[in-house]
Amino acid sequence: MSWMVWTLPTAIFFSSIAAMLAGMTVWELRSPSIERKGFLPISTTRGDRLFISLLSAAFIHLGVVGFTSLSLLVASAVSVIWLLVMMRWG
Amino acid sequence: MNNKVQNNRAWLLVLPMLVLVAFSAIIPLMTVVNYSVQDVLGPNARFFTGTEWFSTMLNDSNLQAAFGRQILFSLTILAIQIPLGIGIALLMPKKGWQASAVLILITMPLLVPWNVVGSIWQIFTRGDIGLMGWSLRQIGIDYNITRNAGDAWFTIILMDVWHWTPLVAMLCYSGLRSIPEAYYQAARIDRASKWAVFRYIQLPKLTNVLVIAVLLRFMHSFMIYAEPFVLTGGGPGSSTTFLSQSLATMAIGQQDLGPSAAFSIIYFLVILLVSWIFYTTIMHMQKDKNSQGGA
Repeated sequence: MSWMVWTLPTAIFFSSIAAMLAGMTVWELRSPSIERKGFLPISTTRGDRLFISLLSAAFIHLGVVGFTSLSLLVASAVSVIWLLVMMRWG
Repeated sequence: MNNKVQNNRAWLLVLPMLVLVAFSAIIPLMTVVNYSVQDVLGPNARFFTGTEWFSTMLNDSNLQAAFGRQILFSLTILAIQIPLGIGIALLMPKKGWQASAVLILITMPLLVPWNVVGSIWQIFTRGDIGLMGWSLRQIGIDYNITRNAGDAWFTIILMDVWHWTPLVAMLCYSGLRSIPEAYYQAARIDRASKWAVFRYIQLPKLTNVLVIAVLLRFMHSFMIYAEPFVLTGGGPGSSTTFLSQSLATMAIGQQDLGPSAAFSIIYFLVILLVSWIFYTTIMHMQKDKNSQGGA
């Protein structure tokens, strides 16, 4: 595994992605998602909304890192709020 | 919406594929992410840099310029290849040996390996021995792809159009062939003009294949590497250096693994975003069509 040059932050990052996927699977088995339409122009399932949130979180982080001097935590906080909004009303 | 007990064991059949993808894509991608936050000098000499590479890459004016050129290139070839492909597909014979002959002729450029396409055009456009380069010079045009950025751009776009329009044409041709004859009969009864047939029968029926064609051509052109690399080497200057070539120079030429890993991730995210938008559009259109058919 040493060739993968792991660091603690990236390990935490990938573990949380894996945990999210596992959590979504369990949630889906407990109560299957019903496709519905929120404020997005398309109807989405729970998984779609998670994907959209994660992808936009990536771009939010890139924007903050590249073009502002704000702390990375600001980007993460915005992303988490965005994730919750998406999952609830998206 | 039925209440039958569903058997999901078929998903297990996906496992071998998952293992394969893990080895060929997921694990390498994770490694790239790990590299992107470190300065790796050797197996035991590495330093955590956090987001430094990302902010360097996002503010690198060369990369920003390459990104702009990349977008311009992709949009230009789409604007040429899609209409041209539709036009060629409309002109292609519909049956008999002519149809097969034209199909084979048209497929030819698609069978040529990418770096060979670059070499073909490199020789073709040379001023001293190349047919196109020599002819243009004879009629008094100062055509030189190694000195003139405009000529280099023109040639790369011409080369891409030559290489990939056949794909669009073939997709459109298959789309056109799947339109039932009854539509054309109805149009003839209505004395519809050729334009009306195209506008209200052929074009709507082609929408699906066109979305696929746009997606494929966009992805291909956004990742283009071998052809311009062989033809112009990114020059003159950096006027035809596209994203993948900038990346390769950084990663392989200069061994800047950290910055190029950060850049790869940004590149990957852009491609992921565009692919997702296209994919959603396609799925959305099919859903709309199904719901219309059901109603």
